[in-house]
Amino acid sequence: MSGESILTVGHLSMRFGGIVAVNDLSFDAERREITALIGPNGAGKTTVFNCITGFYKPTSGAMRVRHDDGREIQLERLNDFRISKLAKVARTFQNIRLFPGMTALENLMVAQHNALMRASGLTFLGLIGVPSWRSAEKRAIDLARFWLARIGLLDRADDAAGNLPYGDQRRLEIARAMCTEPALLCLDEPAAGLNARESAGLSELLLSIRAEQGTSILLIEHDMSVVMEISDHVVVMDYGVKIAEGTPDDIRDDPKVIAAYLGVEDNEVAAVESELGL
Amino acid sequence: MDNGVTAPVPEPTLASRAPDVGFIFKKALISALVALVLFSLMIGIRTEAGPAGQLIYWTRFDDLAAVAAAVFGGSIIVELLRHWWGPVGTIRIVPPSVQSTLAVARRAIAPVLLIFTLLVPVIFYDQRYILDLGILVLTYVMLGWGLNVVVGLAGLLDLGYVAFYAVGAYSYALLATNFGLSFWVCLPLAGILAAFWGVLLGFPVLRLRGDYLAIVTLAFGEIIRLVIINWQSLTGGPNGVSGIPRPSFFGIPLTPGDDGLAAKLGIEFSPTHRIVFLFYLILALALLTNWVTIRLRRLPIGRAWEALREDEVACRALGINTTTTKLTAFATGAMFGGFAGAFFATRQGFISPESFTFQESALVLAIVVLGGMGSQLGVALAALTMIGGFELFRGLDQYRMLVFGLAMVLLMIWRPRGLIGHRAPTVFLKHSQAISSDLVKEGHG
Repeated sequence: MSGESILTVGHLSMRFGGIVAVNDLSFDAERREITALIGPNGAGKTTVFNCITGFYKPTSGAMRVRHDDGREIQLERLNDFRISKLAKVARTFQNIRLFPGMTALENLMVAQHNALMRASGLTFLGLIGVPSWRSAEKRAIDLARFWLARIGLLDRADDAAGNLPYGDQRRLEIARAMCTEPALLCLDEPAAGLNARESAGLSELLLSIRAEQGTSILLIEHDMSVVMEISDHVVVMDYGVKIAEGTPDDIRDDPKVIAAYLGVEDNEVAAVESELGL
Repeated sequence: MDNGVTAPVPEPTLASRAPDVGFIFKKALISALVALVLFSLMIGIRTEAGPAGQLIYWTRFDDLAAVAAAVFGGSIIVELLRHWWGPVGTIRIVPPSVQSTLAVARRAIAPVLLIFTLLVPVIFYDQRYILDLGILVLTYVMLGWGLNVVVGLAGLLDLGYVAFYAVGAYSYALLATNFGLSFWVCLPLAGILAAFWGVLLGFPVLRLRGDYLAIVTLAFGEIIRLVIINWQSLTGGPNGVSGIPRPSFFGIPLTPGDDGLAAKLGIEFSPTHRIVFLFYLILALALLTNWVTIRLRRLPIGRAWEALREDEVACRALGINTTTTKLTAFATGAMFGGFAGAFFATRQGFISPESFTFQESALVLAIVVLGGMGSQLGVALAALTMIGGFELFRGLDQYRMLVFGLAMVLLMIWRPRGLIGHRAPTVFLKHSQAISSDLVKEGHG
């Protein structure tokens, strides 16, 4: 089973001074599946994301990405931009980070930077406008057009990203991450701030990405309707440790998960704490 | 004020049209009071050292009163103007016919400007002053376009741009005087050397942002100048380098001799030929800068520069190497500065460290900011305004700087994001629409 997984996180720990944000966390994200990472606020989910995507260097632990061709990459050895470039791990942000002063189309073109840099002969061939560059640029625009159509923003391709409604910006950020052609897509609270209809549209989009592009997805989400509907596997964190793992149905009925989200009776606190090792 | 009449439906735009006399009067009074306090010692009392070294002073209350009155009156005029313009943020309705005319005018401005520039040496052939001014303006247009890559596109605040101008100028001056290399060989070398120094500056400042970056680049500019002053054996120190060869028309000198261009073309020699040649040379260099920048904006590297200005963290998440992206921005900007420097050296025939002070950096940066960061046309217009305007006010003698400064302040109040405050997209599917400057980030270093 674990031989097939795209991402293996092993004994990951992250300390900020005296604060242990993530403590000895291990989990797998399976290939072509949607893995959800959930937990109450401050459980350390975003820290895990930042470690996987290279924005933090973990204090200890290993994170391994295994590609379709059998290539294995240790993420903790790569720094920031190489994770996206070499390991093909793309991410979105909890607070949307588009390029607001660039159009939706330009945002998707920037995402294809590395492929286009190669095609433009590190700028020099592009500067004199060789035919191979022109065709590469056309292909890049076609890919961007494909994703804009996919997220329903083809009509607004030439509008500044900062002018789009919030829900559209969320979807555009996912499309931008997909334009890097990732093997693993990491989404940090993609449904935050979306209404019920938009959330449903998002679920549909993520399911279609998994089905059509075959991209594995790892997501942090608070919107349980989204998590329960689309996840194949759920990992629950609280206080930096994994407290449960399983299918959405297992998680729904897990007493530890319910305790983490809703709290427990006073007389049960000691028992739960000893179980969690706190 | 007719407070007796109250409209049943309040219309904010109309209501604000009626000036509130009490408010304006109060505001003017406060301004006058502040001026009175500020100037009471500066203007109100004049001190001087007496013949025996003692302090003598006398009062000038009439001048003080005049200043306070001027502030009072000016404040009322400003407030009335503000009422006339209407509140900030309201959309004044412009008739569509006027709007379309304006749009046509806006599109025509760049070609018209270019054609006019091409014709300047023809129209003003016998006016040496205009030609020299034109060369000066074009030099600053080129420097502005070069710095625009770093500041306007990549959003990296560079206060030491003059360093690359100096590197270019000294590269040409020293290579030409010591090794006898021609201008056309030295020009690319000057660009390459300046780009090299741009990368050298880039490395230590990669991690710096905003104010910190500005201070380090400022220091870099000063370091280059001080090295030039103190490395006497190489650069001649404060005496500078003289006898820098004038450019040749691709090998044919522009001299009165038999092998000069005039003799070969069979026309009478005139010293203006050289000025006209220099004019077209800097125009060609500036247009090259413009062309390359416009091309680069549409290439992945240019988009990465702009993305870097918008959001560096997002760039890293998309696999963009921010280190090389920043360094290429520094190198490209520096290269154009180096070209301009080589041109400056060949035009002047003599260079000294005095030409490369911080004031030059500040002037070029002001051109970029005033033009509207990232806009090529804006930079050209700003260079024309700054350099040309500065000459225009020459008749005002000692008040020149004062008037000039005031004009700058007013311009920035009128157009806080520069003359051309829109960003044009680099690629579009259906139609290219300008992006409002409110959305475009200024970069954070």
